[in-house]
Amino acid sequence: MSDQLNAWQLILDGDPTLFAIVRLSLAVSLVAVALAALIGMPLGAMLALTRFHGRSVLIVLLNALMGLPPVVAGLAVYLLLSRSGPLGALGILFTPAAMVVAQTILIIPIVAAPTRQTIEDLWSEYRDELSAMGVGPGGRMMTLLWDARFSLLTAVLAGFGRAAAEVGAVMIVGGNIAGFTRTMTTTIALETSKGDLPLALGLGLILVAIVIAINAAVWGTRIWAERQVG
Amino acid sequence: MRAPLSDLPLVIDQVSLEAGAARLLDRVSLTIAPGPPTLIIGPNGAGKTSLLRLGMGLVSPSAGRVTWGGRTERAPERRAMVFQRPVMLRRSAAANVGYALAQAGVPRSSRAARGAELLERVGLADLAGRPARRLSGGEQQRLALARALARKPEILLLDEPTASLDPAASRSVEEIILMAAQSGIKIVMASHDLGQVRRLAGDVIFMLRGTVHERGTASDFLETPVTPEAAAFLRGDLVI
Repeated sequence: MSDQLNAWQLILDGDPTLFAIVRLSLAVSLVAVALAALIGMPLGAMLALTRFHGRSVLIVLLNALMGLPPVVAGLAVYLLLSRSGPLGALGILFTPAAMVVAQTILIIPIVAAPTRQTIEDLWSEYRDELSAMGVGPGGRMMTLLWDARFSLLTAVLAGFGRAAAEVGAVMIVGGNIAGFTRTMTTTIALETSKGDLPLALGLGLILVAIVIAINAAVWGTRIWAERQVG
Repeated sequence: MRAPLSDLPLVIDQVSLEAGAARLLDRVSLTIAPGPPTLIIGPNGAGKTSLLRLGMGLVSPSAGRVTWGGRTERAPERRAMVFQRPVMLRRSAAANVGYALAQAGVPRSSRAARGAELLERVGLADLAGRPARRLSGGEQQRLALARALARKPEILLLDEPTASLDPAASRSVEEIILMAAQSGIKIVMASHDLGQVRRLAGDVIFMLRGTVHERGTASDFLETPVTPEAAAFLRGDLVI
């Protein structure tokens, strides 16, 4: 009980270290989600609308990658960015940029796989109508993505949830450096293992509250927008 | 703007259409030239929808050839289609028409004016800002007509556009179709409603089991059908 009181105390005091950590976590996950949406949605739509050899294999792979363990994604990006790796020259290992890269890779499949399914279903409904209007391949993709926008929000939220919750990838490529790459999840892991439960608990509460707040905001926006558009 | 290509005459030459083991159309030959509305009638499964989809270029024939103004490219130029259950894009009625205008190559600067004109023509001017999916069945069908007319078609194919509408909604759809026909657009329309055939048709195509069973002017066909199957169909007997 006293642990919880201490956690609330940290929040109420507006502890600067705590808020720096929260800010960094949010920035990394939101940028990663934006990038993953930018890449994953067209990727999923393309996979939905094209037919080529090996497509089924790619779809199965993409679906499987939704379950990619964060530590494995982190390890892959670590090898890529380490001094002797192919992208080592960039020198971004153990920076927030590396964390964004790792999380983006982690959540691209989480956005792309449901996008593929949604767009494919919508295409079977729209195919005749769009063909009769003479819509070309590029226009098809844009139209379907736009008309599926409310369903796709769910995929983006799932991606954000994953990014905000994971600890393995940011730990490996960020290095959990205090004041620089330390996020909410890595701090929780660290403080718990050190036995400093108040900070861990405070951060846990904030993390859950933020995820709920963002989901509620997106949900509200969606309901409002759907009412406008039908 | 697009090149002044023509989609007429629409020539269907010895066309068969197969889907799996089923033969939807069986060596159909047909020429559609400018003129009064052509109505396609026949029992369910006779191939009315297949014929329209083929004429629109949505499917390619299993055998035979379809040409539009002598060309075989399936991309629509001056033709449009209205489906039995049109798909409304998730945006306003006006934006639905704007989308069709954009696809037809109308420059952005004149889309708003043309769109308003089209909505006026189908009696939806007051509902321009309404989400298209919130419109009633009849209003959606009229919006689909506005989208089709946005293409400035020479030929307009319609697949039982009034099938699920009440009489009042059907009448306003028929009025728009008649107006389009009077402005010189060739109407080719599937219908299951003989009253509608009387009201609209210049000539009639009677389909049966994937073939064109009988064709003639509306008055000849309705009064003195040649084949016993057509006569039975007109009497309201079950024809399979």
